[in-house]
Amino acid sequence: MISHRAPDSLSTWRAAILIAVIALLVSCGKPPPKEISTLDKIRTTGVITLGIRETSVPFSYLDDAQQQAGYAWEIANRVATAVKRDLKLDTLAIHTFVVTPQTRIPLVANQTVDLECSSTTHDRERERQVGFSSSFYLTGPRMLVRRDSPVRDWSDLRGKRAVVSSGTTAELALRKLDRERGLDIEIMLAKDIGENFMTVETGRAAASVQDDVILYSNIARARDPSAWQVVGAPLMREAYACMLRKGDVPFKRLVDATIAEMARSGELMQLYTKYFASSLAVKGGVRIDQPLSDDMRELLRQPNDRID
Amino acid sequence: MNYDWSWRFLFGPSLTGEGSYVVMLMHGFGWTILISLTAWLIALAFGIALGVARTLPRGVLRRFATLYVHLFRNTPLLVQLFLWYFVLPEWLPKAWGDTLKSMNLVLNQVLTVLLCLSLYTAAKVAEHVRAGIASLPAGQYRAAQALGFGVIASYRHVVLPQAFRIALPPLTSELMNVFKNSAVAMTIGLMELTGTSRQVSEFSGHPFEAFAFATLGYMLIALVAARVMRVIEARSRISGATQT
Repeated sequence: MISHRAPDSLSTWRAAILIAVIALLVSCGKPPPKEISTLDKIRTTGVITLGIRETSVPFSYLDDAQQQAGYAWEIANRVATAVKRDLKLDTLAIHTFVVTPQTRIPLVANQTVDLECSSTTHDRERERQVGFSSSFYLTGPRMLVRRDSPVRDWSDLRGKRAVVSSGTTAELALRKLDRERGLDIEIMLAKDIGENFMTVETGRAAASVQDDVILYSNIARARDPSAWQVVGAPLMREAYACMLRKGDVPFKRLVDATIAEMARSGELMQLYTKYFASSLAVKGGVRIDQPLSDDMRELLRQPNDRID
Repeated sequence: MNYDWSWRFLFGPSLTGEGSYVVMLMHGFGWTILISLTAWLIALAFGIALGVARTLPRGVLRRFATLYVHLFRNTPLLVQLFLWYFVLPEWLPKAWGDTLKSMNLVLNQVLTVLLCLSLYTAAKVAEHVRAGIASLPAGQYRAAQALGFGVIASYRHVVLPQAFRIALPPLTSELMNVFKNSAVAMTIGLMELTGTSRQVSEFSGHPFEAFAFATLGYMLIALVAARVMRVIEARSRISGATQT
């Protein structure tokens, strides 16, 4: 006969508590800060690992031919070339590693990924864990609404529903706007870009609030692009930049110099035209067609890592 | 690794301006418990009925139960939630769909998750109950019939009391699964434990701590659930009976 009062019931608890305590201890004991040099690592291994995204159009994505492409992906490749030249290496292997918004920061911090260029916003909170290069793109949260919607500006959202992707800077900006101006907006949260657009497409929300570049790419891929438009002034300024190890000054200098050189030679502007104003090989051909803002024109002339 | 571990941020004010991060996480923890337990109770009641129906000799009920179990057990939970939340209102007559979409936001999300999670879990519960019944020697049911019990009385007094005891251990695992499965709620914007830890991870710049908190939360729930089920198992044991 099998005893039901299993003798291991107490030891299960002990084991669980032990694991929890160990986890806490490990995480509290601060290791001495050590200098991590990405360039040294690349020199010894002969490999640079670039973080890539699969669907972040037009920054870093797989195109219809299953080739990696994108505005930020090309910048990352220029950096790899510059690293090879700088370290005087005969060969440099470029490895790629797929990241998501949830994994990108830990993967850069734990040295799995050396450089992550996609649609990552450079902000103060993230600076505690990782470093950022010069910005290569400026955007800000705006609203996507149906063309026949009465919503034209933020104040029109009073008492209405707006959907925003949870955990994004746009969510914070929208909450702040709602609080400060007492708009009484009903804020719906969406898990990701796809759910966000679906929520406004099915009429559950009056407006979708996201970085405007995402809104333009949603319009480009919508069933009827002419039914949608982007309205409202950007709630804040967001700068996309490449993510690298925190405190790695020589590597950051090299990445910044590469971006600055691309700006000087006009290559950055060419890439902008290629990805934001031409047809892309995604879903049989889409055009983002985002007008070039004055802020962005200025950045393409003189890249910097200034935020807010 | 160059990572700044710190648990203190949990008690600092959150960037959302709604208290501290630990309050946000506890809020998510509360949602996880609420939706999981409610869904579990509904699933248990419905699942037992389905499981019994699957063992009935022929009939419409049996065919319905079999079809139901195959339908709900063999499609991903995430897909089911998408269908309930995004597709169902489009299929219904427009007025009904619009009512659904414009009803209280949180209520709508909670009801959708409860519907989805309990229907899915009921199919799993049904299989455990059916397996419990099937594992009994056929003689038990026949002996009850021979003693003059009808179908209902045979199940009520002879088959089910034994089958439930056999099904208890797998039902314990199922109970733990409900808590973990409840994380699908975040895909429709209901911020339970996994959802809030993702949010906190993004806002605070402390992803490892946020997810460690969620891990500990789920572990705590699973341990308590296992403990409670073990007590129930021990209490319901018939002394002297041999476990088949």
